[in-house]
Amino acid sequence: MGPLLIGIYVFVLAVFVGFEIISKIPPTLHTPLMSGANAVSGITLVGALFAARNGDLRLSGVLGFLAIVFATINVVGGFLVTHRMLAMFGRKKEKR
Amino acid sequence: MSSLLDSVVIPVLYLISAVLFIVGLKGLTKVRTAKRGNLISAVAMLLAVVTTLLELGLVDYQWIVAGLVVGGLIGAIAAVRVQMTAMPQMVALFNGFGGGASALVAGSVLWLAVIERGVSETPAAVLGTDSAVTAFLSILVGGVTFSGSLVAYLKLAGRMSGQPILLPARHAVNVGFLVGSLALGLYLVLQAADPGTIEIAALALIAASLVLGVLMVIPIGGADMPVVISFLNSLSGVAAAMTGFVLANNVLIISGALVGASGLILTQIMCVAMNRSLGNVFFSAFGEEVSSGGGEYIGVRSCGPEEAAMVLESASSVVIVPGYGLAVSQAQHVARDLANLVEKNGGRVTFAIHPVAGRMPGHMNVLLAEADVAYEKLVEMDQINPEFSHTDAVIVVGANDVVNPAAERDPKSPIAGMPILQVYNAGTVFVIKRSLSPGFAGVKNELFENENTMMIYGDAKKVLQEIVNELKGLVKAA
Repeated sequence: MGPLLIGIYVFVLAVFVGFEIISKIPPTLHTPLMSGANAVSGITLVGALFAARNGDLRLSGVLGFLAIVFATINVVGGFLVTHRMLAMFGRKKEKR
Repeated sequence: MSSLLDSVVIPVLYLISAVLFIVGLKGLTKVRTAKRGNLISAVAMLLAVVTTLLELGLVDYQWIVAGLVVGGLIGAIAAVRVQMTAMPQMVALFNGFGGGASALVAGSVLWLAVIERGVSETPAAVLGTDSAVTAFLSILVGGVTFSGSLVAYLKLAGRMSGQPILLPARHAVNVGFLVGSLALGLYLVLQAADPGTIEIAALALIAASLVLGVLMVIPIGGADMPVVISFLNSLSGVAAAMTGFVLANNVLIISGALVGASGLILTQIMCVAMNRSLGNVFFSAFGEEVSSGGGEYIGVRSCGPEEAAMVLESASSVVIVPGYGLAVSQAQHVARDLANLVEKNGGRVTFAIHPVAGRMPGHMNVLLAEADVAYEKLVEMDQINPEFSHTDAVIVVGANDVVNPAAERDPKSPIAGMPILQVYNAGTVFVIKRSLSPGFAGVKNELFENENTMMIYGDAKKVLQEIVNELKGLVKAA
């Protein structure tokens, strides 16, 4: 089995895992799920690190640098914003 | 030693990271575990990044460190400073950056491995057909996600009209762009065989993907934004997964697939809540065919805040229906004050939440949570609808289509079949609205003509504040 086929297996199975674990979601969590998942899509940061590894000034290096900036904004901003929202949801309960 | 690191330690660490992503996302689906779920996902991300740095070993870190610092600072500052009312556009913007990053990674691979090496071979020959094809798909999907999200951001932030922008023959143009981009991408990776041609084709592909994203989102109006944001969210996951194929990295493929799936589920939930298909949202801009459903309003009653306060003073059950107008005028805090006041006076208050109220999935829940409205007071459509017949008063704040009975009665209406909040069954319905102008896409709202409906014209926050003041006076006097 070639790497592409393995990749497709992994992709398809992961999609099904995603459908299974998220099938039921209360409306209150629609926004946090979206913004949390959005932060996870910043995983492309891993690819960006590879792309920027030469650290040179050729276009490939500059694109890699920009990719890291973009992905890090997505990751850091996404997780923080989600955390802020979820902290609001919990606030009322803690007070009681 | 280093071979053990490469062959065992690094793959195991990636696997742990992928498992943590799954556990984290699962946590995000329950209120009790959501906060922990988000933290687990963040840890998974950190682990993936550290593992990648391990895998890279000693390389030139200047771009890496600079990129992480710059991106981290921008992301953190934006996330801490954003107002809760601005959350839809913030999420759209972050999403765009994620998609853009995937496209940039694929572009960087293409330039580094093919164009800058100056080889006279096709990208498919250099990278392998698999990687080359997924690289072009990554650029295409990532580019569409980036520019589409930016347009969504501009619309949501009000820097661009929220109305659909309809270009002539746009279906043909869109399909043409999509087919053209695919053909261009295939040419780029399979046919183009000298660096100059490849570079031009790659730049053209990037440009085409950006244009396609803009064309896709500009015809979509504000009320359909929850669908669009969820869908773009899904696309950013697909773009990341494509990048995973290019780099043969499973953690990228797995997390990208998870995001793709979760985005699709939300998209589906939003579509069902509007009784429309995804294709319908993208291909028939809401209101395009609307000529019916217009017409003048006849016999509309209006009143002032003092009359509303009088009804609320004696009401024992009150339902508040929030919509996008609540977000626009930032009226969530004063809505909570009003609810508290009615409760103090002995009434029962709940908030009825339509799944697509607002501009993103769960928009109203976030706003009301910010105003400290207890989670239990927010009632979903299916639970609240049977309650309206024994509800004394309903206050509709900045919502329109989601309470329009035409969705049930008029099969020709553009919103026909959309499940609505059946507020017309309540004793008295107060609708707070700036003016009688028809809502989105010019759909006339029959609710406004009902005998038990009272319009209160004005800004949501101002009107609610006036009702609160009047009610305070009444309660004190009693």
